Amino acid sequence: MTRSLTRGPTSFMYRMLGDRFFAAFVVLLASGVVALALLMAWELYQGGSEPIRRFGFFGFLTGTEWDPVIAKQFGAWPYVAGTLVTSLGALALSFFPALAAAIYAAEYAPRWLASIINYLLDLTAAVPSVVYGLWGIFVMAPWLREHLYLPAYLLAAEKVPGLLPFLGNPTGYGMLTAILILAAMIVPFTAALARDAISLVPQAQREAAYALGATRWEVMLLAILPLSKGGIIAGAFLALGRALGETMAVTMVIGNSHKLPYTLFGPAATMPSVIANEFTEAVEQIHLDSLIALGFYLFLVALVLNLLAGWVIRRQMQLTKGVL
Amino acid sequence: MNRGLRLRQRYLRDRVMLGLVAVGTVLALLVLFLVMGYALVNGLSALNWDFFVRDMKPPGETGGGLRQAIVGTLLVDGVGVLIALPFGIAAGVLLSEYPDHPLNVPVRLMADTLNGMPAILKGLVAFVLIVKPMGGFSGLSGGVALGFIMVPIITRATEGVLSLVPREIREAGLALGLPRWQVILALVLPVARAGIVTGVLLAFARAAGEAAPLLFTSFGSPFLETNLLKPIDTLPLRLFQFAISPYEDWHRQAWAAGLVLFAMIVLTSLLARWATRRRL
Amino acid sequence: MKKLVFLLLTTFAGLVFAQSLTGAGATFPYPLYAKMFDEYNKLTGIKVNYQSIGSGGGIRQLSERTVNFAGSDAFLSDEQMKDIKAKTGATVLHIPMALGAVVPTYNLPGVSKTLNFTGPLLADIFLNKVKTWNDPAIQQLNPDAKLPPLPITVVHRSDGSGTTFIWVDYLSKVSREWAQTVGRGTSVQWPTGLGGKGGRLVAGVVRQTPGAIGYVELIYAKQNKMPHGAVQNKAGRFVLASLAATSEAASVVLPGDARVSITDTASPSGYPVAGFTWILIYDKLELVTKSEAEAREVVKLINWMLTDGQKIHETLDYGALPDVADARAKSLLSRVTYQGKPIGKEIVGN
Repeated sequence: MTRSLTRGPTSFMYRMLGDRFFAAFVVLLASGVVALALLMAWELYQGGSEPIRRFGFFGFLTGTEWDPVIAKQFGAWPYVAGTLVTSLGALALSFFPALAAAIYAAEYAPRWLASIINYLLDLTAAVPSVVYGLWGIFVMAPWLREHLYLPAYLLAAEKVPGLLPFLGNPTGYGMLTAILILAAMIVPFTAALARDAISLVPQAQREAAYALGATRWEVMLLAILPLSKGGIIAGAFLALGRALGETMAVTMVIGNSHKLPYTLFGPAATMPSVIANEFTEAVEQIHLDSLIALGFYLFLVALVLNLLAGWVIRRQMQLTKGVL
Repeated sequence: MNRGLRLRQRYLRDRVMLGLVAVGTVLALLVLFLVMGYALVNGLSALNWDFFVRDMKPPGETGGGLRQAIVGTLLVDGVGVLIALPFGIAAGVLLSEYPDHPLNVPVRLMADTLNGMPAILKGLVAFVLIVKPMGGFSGLSGGVALGFIMVPIITRATEGVLSLVPREIREAGLALGLPRWQVILALVLPVARAGIVTGVLLAFARAAGEAAPLLFTSFGSPFLETNLLKPIDTLPLRLFQFAISPYEDWHRQAWAAGLVLFAMIVLTSLLARWATRRRL
Repeated sequence: MKKLVFLLLTTFAGLVFAQSLTGAGATFPYPLYAKMFDEYNKLTGIKVNYQSIGSGGGIRQLSERTVNFAGSDAFLSDEQMKDIKAKTGATVLHIPMALGAVVPTYNLPGVSKTLNFTGPLLADIFLNKVKTWNDPAIQQLNPDAKLPPLPITVVHRSDGSGTTFIWVDYLSKVSREWAQTVGRGTSVQWPTGLGGKGGRLVAGVVRQTPGAIGYVELIYAKQNKMPHGAVQNKAGRFVLASLAATSEAASVVLPGDARVSITDTASPSGYPVAGFTWILIYDKLELVTKSEAEAREVVKLINWMLTDGQKIHETLDYGALPDVADARAKSLLSRVTYQGKPIGKEIVGN
């Protein structure tokens, strides 16, 4: 029995043990990734449990008062609302340009141009947040104020004064500036997944549509986009996740005020921006814990978004397989 | 006649849509060009030899450089790579080579969730894990925080590259009687090496630009520091602090720091591209 | 896991003994400290790393015991002192290091004269009760100025800061409504306005926005040549902030632990929005140092900052300590011990 096991260089023992060890090793290291995420969730939950307990899971989320001094009352709603508005706004603004870039790179552009566009998209994702922020505070915000906000504000003051409360004070640092800079920053995340999804559509689909006499756009509309829809939507989810978590650039341009209601040009605040602003300064324990609780909610949102994105991709893959 | 008109309409629509797509592409990349342009123009005027060979000066004094931050960035980021590499590659191998393993679903989900988490929270965890028990800020804790950022990127990049390795290579190896672990180590990984290097370099570049997680970990320092157990300066942190300071000279240096950071990232990504072009 | 990492690292840390000290905290004295530590490095070769993460951050890092000393523009409350005493058994010493003033700065096209403000008026502006520049309340104080009908944009710090602390501490003293609805702290719930991260953004937004009013440290206003208003003090005089007026404000009776707010000073020619900036250290230095030698270096450094270091103040527009405060600072420093050894007394000398 043992003799047969040890015979030859690729003996049973050697293979079994080697494979076992290797697999165990890989699993051990890989579970480090899961452990890390769980550890993070645990630390955030642990740190944030006090305000969640005191104000309630939803009470903390929907409370509108964030007062670390007098009332010691912490409600995250101004930051949640700011985060939602800025990231959804950024997604809406960036979605079509990103899709266009993906379509152009994947279908229309000559090879050399496509590779340049792809490279530039990667680069857009790689530019550090602080560099965007630097450009935002020194160039973009003053420019927008001078050439967009102020003229718009004055025009509204003249023609439709009723709009003014919605526009808010055009200082250049505010919600719209944050939305615009976020939009530019998340383009590559939508674009990359959309591009991959489009190039994964089988060539036969295109050829079939062309054979039916479709123009290039019709091929896009009828054959390619329906099949790559899942990837595109998943890309949008990831871009949204990125926008939700973006910290430095937003903090630098958003104006940082949690006074509701928010206005278009006026200052606002987001969950990451308030963490960056107040984390180093929180002296009171409950204040610090509330900031960590915000981090815990961010973690939950990131988790849900990724679950959604994964679900959409899986569903789409099954759908695509069904079509083929 | 009617058909011809409809055809012309269809062609027209095709043209218009193509035009729109092209405009959208330009829009998508516009801000990148603007940021690059400004960083180049403003950064170049503040760049000189001193920038690379001198440490920073106290505020109000002109001159000096950011040697300590440049060296520090490379150091802290390097530590991050060393920490992230084994975990990221192992997780990638698991996802790609053991597709039926029950751990795959949580690994993939958690890697994506980690990737989507604000970087500042990773700094927070590193603070709790390293800084507090050690009783002081350190480059090492910054490296750990950056490692947290890199792990999911390396994981997904490795998985992606490994899944591109043709099945036939694995089958050939298995047919020769090689055990699975040897197939992976001796055949699959070497074939995918260039791609994995790319993923690692991209992770490096991404982490190199992070300021938020370093605020409470690597902390910063006005002196050149190579001891990983001491606070170490990094470019993004320095840039951020210079940008929000009220000194003109520091603003100039912030642009220069932005440019250097930018150049580092472009170089790394070009290196990555070059590496992939040669193989696979 | 945590313990293992900790063990491994402390063994390493023990091997590497380097002549460097770490501090963190207030942004306001950062230019001064950076210059001082640069000089100190040239003098002694000791590297002092001070990072300006904000007063609150400094206090927190000190209580986490991750730094040798902290810098702060706000002093600890009795509650916080008790907290730390309960946790560590040590007292945090507040060693006054310099004086600073916070000024209201504004952007009003066409107004070149320095505007006068009173405390209650500033509080009303920051409470969003006075909304335009040509409000009678402002006009009354500035009969000669041609005030435009511009809406007032309030700009404040978004990151908590000692500058904010001094500003709202003053507003709390002069306006009951402010004290009751907003209060004082390093970050408060602002009733109105735009938040800028760091002094630069506040200064930048004010400069770019006609009709804006914000508050910055005197040196920032001076360095950036920003107009800043005079504030009426308790004696009824309108005082423009200056080094002399700030020192004047500080010539008050200091309590034994030097924790004192000097806003709304009773001194007749003192500027009312001023404050000390402190270096905070534990009286039991073994809490934050790894050896007696390191602890001695901390005391030597602070002693140097109180003696030769004070010469740097004037060149950088900081108010040097009045004699009373300086003496108090040294006597506080002499209370420092390392494992019971009176190293403070040995080094300071009395």
